Amino acid sequence: MRTTLFSVATLAFGALGSSAIAMDCETITLGAAISLTGKYSTDGVHTQKGYEFAIQKIKDDGGVKIGDKCYNFNVVYYDDESKGDRGATLAERLINQDGVQYMLGPYSSGLTTAIAPVTEKYEIPMVEAEGASRSLFNKGYKNLFAVLSTSEQYLASAITLAAEMAKAEGKDPSEVTVAIAVENDPFSLDVRAGVVDDAARFGMKIVIDEKLPRDLSDMTGILTKVKLVKPDVLIVSGHAKGAATAVRQIGEQGVSVPMIAMTHCESADVVGNFGDFAENLLCSTQWSETLTYEDPIFGTASNYHEEFKAANADYADKTVPYQVAQASAAVYVFKDAFERAGSLDKAALRDAIAATDLMTFYGGIKFAPEGNNIAKPMVLRQIQGGEYKVVAPSAFASDKLVWPRP
Amino acid sequence: MNKKFILYAVLLAFSVAAPFLFPNYQTQLATLWLMIIVALTWDMTGGQMGYNSLGNIFFYGTGMYVCAVITIGLYYDVGEWTNASRTEIFTFSDRQYFTGMVLGILGAGLFCAASAYFIGMLTFGLRGPYFAIGTLGVAIAAGEIVSNIEWLGGGQGVSMPIYNGDFDTFKTLIYFEYAILGVGLFVFLNWLYKTRFGAAINAIRDDEEKAEAMGIHTLRYKLVTWAMSAFFVGAAGAISAFQLIHFEPLETAYQTINLGIFMVVCVLLGGKGTLWGPVIGAIMFQVFKETTWNYFLGWQWVALGALIVIVVVFFQDGLMGWLRLKRPEWFGVKVEQKTSEAGA
Amino acid sequence: MDEILFNISLLIDYPIVNLKIIIDGVMIGALFALAAYGLALVWGVMNVKNLAQGDFVIAGGYVALMLSKAGINPLFGVPLAFVVMWGIGWVIYKVIITRVIERDLFTSLLATFGLAIMMAQLMNLMFGSDAQSVNLGYDTLRFADGIIDVPIAKLIGVGMAAVLAIAVVLFMKRSRMGQAIRATAQDARAARVLGIDTEKVYAFTFGLNAAICGAAGAIIVMIWVIQPFYGIGYSVRAFVIVTAAGLGNLPGVIAAGLGFGAAEQYGAHIFGDGYKQAIAVILLLLVLFFRLLQQRRNRQVLK
Repeated sequence: MRTTLFSVATLAFGALGSSAIAMDCETITLGAAISLTGKYSTDGVHTQKGYEFAIQKIKDDGGVKIGDKCYNFNVVYYDDESKGDRGATLAERLINQDGVQYMLGPYSSGLTTAIAPVTEKYEIPMVEAEGASRSLFNKGYKNLFAVLSTSEQYLASAITLAAEMAKAEGKDPSEVTVAIAVENDPFSLDVRAGVVDDAARFGMKIVIDEKLPRDLSDMTGILTKVKLVKPDVLIVSGHAKGAATAVRQIGEQGVSVPMIAMTHCESADVVGNFGDFAENLLCSTQWSETLTYEDPIFGTASNYHEEFKAANADYADKTVPYQVAQASAAVYVFKDAFERAGSLDKAALRDAIAATDLMTFYGGIKFAPEGNNIAKPMVLRQIQGGEYKVVAPSAFASDKLVWPRP
Repeated sequence: MNKKFILYAVLLAFSVAAPFLFPNYQTQLATLWLMIIVALTWDMTGGQMGYNSLGNIFFYGTGMYVCAVITIGLYYDVGEWTNASRTEIFTFSDRQYFTGMVLGILGAGLFCAASAYFIGMLTFGLRGPYFAIGTLGVAIAAGEIVSNIEWLGGGQGVSMPIYNGDFDTFKTLIYFEYAILGVGLFVFLNWLYKTRFGAAINAIRDDEEKAEAMGIHTLRYKLVTWAMSAFFVGAAGAISAFQLIHFEPLETAYQTINLGIFMVVCVLLGGKGTLWGPVIGAIMFQVFKETTWNYFLGWQWVALGALIVIVVVFFQDGLMGWLRLKRPEWFGVKVEQKTSEAGA
Repeated sequence: MDEILFNISLLIDYPIVNLKIIIDGVMIGALFALAAYGLALVWGVMNVKNLAQGDFVIAGGYVALMLSKAGINPLFGVPLAFVVMWGIGWVIYKVIITRVIERDLFTSLLATFGLAIMMAQLMNLMFGSDAQSVNLGYDTLRFADGIIDVPIAKLIGVGMAAVLAIAVVLFMKRSRMGQAIRATAQDARAARVLGIDTEKVYAFTFGLNAAICGAAGAIIVMIWVIQPFYGIGYSVRAFVIVTAAGLGNLPGVIAAGLGFGAAEQYGAHIFGDGYKQAIAVILLLLVLFFRLLQQRRNRQVLK
């Protein structure tokens, strides 16, 4: 009955555009616990905006087509307060009490680590976009899929870059000294592990290796040591809050290190907030709007960037953080997998997700048996004149590295 | 007496049936037992002995970590297990899982009891607010230190082995572990508070100097009481570790401002220094918390803070105290019984 | 272990670092001392252990932040925060504190803890959870090859803290109200007999405490950052300082505050910034146990 009405309506009002059709679609409910408060709230909000934007775009495109029916996504959100045990409880509530059959990930590796055992036990497929620590992918989980590259790759390329610069100067890479300051959480510890491994490969010496304080509000002590020891590379990782603290205090204390590399520059909007202090910083990113990826729904990467800014006034005068883009990509993976599975059955869906081989505006997506995405590289951008310019790896580089940092 | 027996039988039957009657709420019911356990143990020192600890959460967190080290350490190297960059996948057979679980829970309880004894030797010299702040300090410091030990996973926390079987069976198992521990604790306290030991710790609460003068070795009583309460909190922490599967040091294990304060609020809600007070308080608190967390999203902490202030300022004696005031005859029966027993 | 040795060797190889650590420690310690003095006041006068102390500080910071967002020079935020927080403190006294004064010791601790949770969350809802600060735009003085950097804003802030402390001391010594407060602290019943309205004294003291904290917060927002949940850190430190210095001893509280600030900076340098919070509480435990040993010698306990 519904189908006939629907087709009549399509015949009659087909010319009215896609939104009229979208109205008739049924709903697929996804669940997500998101950090709307607590220390990850900045990034949590980015993630939620990314999910919502993708849902709207897919709706405008005619929804998810399974057989001859169409569906729209709807997400039930809870606030996990940036706390792991809260996240796990909420995941159970989503599954048991709200009857959610498919999950989107929370923000941060820590929260994902806490939630993954629950979704795994209920065999609920979870596509997550914000948990990158390798500790997620050595537990044998079958229902966890991550669209982003794992965290040890974030800043390891900065070490390679520093080695190249040393060689260009006629020095041996093993003479390069590295200082590390990271947050004490799964993500940043894994970032650190990647840097330590790569530094060992070149025989570089790690001269400072410290943790940021728990509330991420102050690192003057570490920076004083940096001033004394004068390392060649300074590595900082601590999500948005850690990045903001680092950039502000590096500027205030006048710390000068030839190369400073960190994560989460865009999400902390260091250019907008700290201007000159942020100049020449190296920032690792999962995605850049200047890359040449493309897909039928979101268009090119730069197209995504523009449309997202147009739809969200808060982002109008800053670079859209990759946290937003990868959240959208996770929703896109669900759409693609549902259409290939051809049913709403979660086991069929899981198998379809595992078989994903998709090109998106965010990059290639293809999952390893452990669930991490192996089809997409990380890129390193440098802030030059207030703009983010890709400087590494060389295959994607649009600009030359400014080195040493004045 | 008979009436009491029937009441207990009904409650016990309900506890056994609850997870099957409300299968979707098993986790919340299990958490309710956890709240009852921590509230009852807090009342042992706070209500019965007059030592208001804010640091009992130390034993909860320590129980989690000790349990994890025992369970994992029996079969694998702990440092290897917690290493994020390992690629090998470790598994637990059913037999390994249950052996580890039993030894882990017992070991956690015993370790916490021992640590309470030693920490108590230092902290029981402090009185009143200093004791509260000192114990809180111990709990905060322990969390910060554990979060910097790489061998224990540092700030990443620890992932426990996962039960191979069906998830619903697992949840029922966890529920009954809590329930058995909780019922055991209640029966134990019901007995303990009637003995000479109970009278002695009440004497410490009422006037420590006089108790000492009457020949009660107060420090020993305080240490033993705290150690007993730590045993149950530690064991409950160990069960939590299995239940949560993954836990991290600061927000989950040594969660000083969540569970650490909730247990105190539960006791105050129900009524300090009574056997049923903490149980009733825990039930009231859990219902309040689940409702506000569901329906006042964003405002839940404001509601919780307001609840604490209102309870502390206006209803300090809790529900049981209020009932005692309004319905003395309910308690009158008990008083008469006691005097007649003493007379005989 | 190697790291700790390395950090100590830095102190010896570059003696100038010691000076930097002490300067930084004393500057932050001056503000801890203000919050601690307020605590010593309410603790001594009305026996209330206020765990919401840090949240008063943060609330004062938000008052100054709002002012600067309205385009007014944030330096005026200090007196404004003083006045606004006085009002808030007075209301809190009338609604909550007045009902817990006569109760047992644990009551005030828990009631103010509930208050602290509420205040932190309300500020979170009102101002968001981002760390925020006001930039005064003054220069930074640099000495010794850039290792010692003293932002002029910090100097101004510490100067204002000193002025406030001196004003409070003079007030307590000279004014009638100050004398009444001191009399009530010594013996509330005797003060009542002699015609002092102790209820008024209590309300005044609590308001004054909140005002001092608020002013400290307004200074903090100009030279460090504030965030709705940072309050607990200031509360813990206020407790450490008061426990170490004892009640009713303003010079002692200030000295302990400055010393505590320096000790914490040294600890963070040696053990790493990651241990900062742990160092604050371990210092508290050390102070408690040191005082405990002192008392035990006299066969007494710490009450």
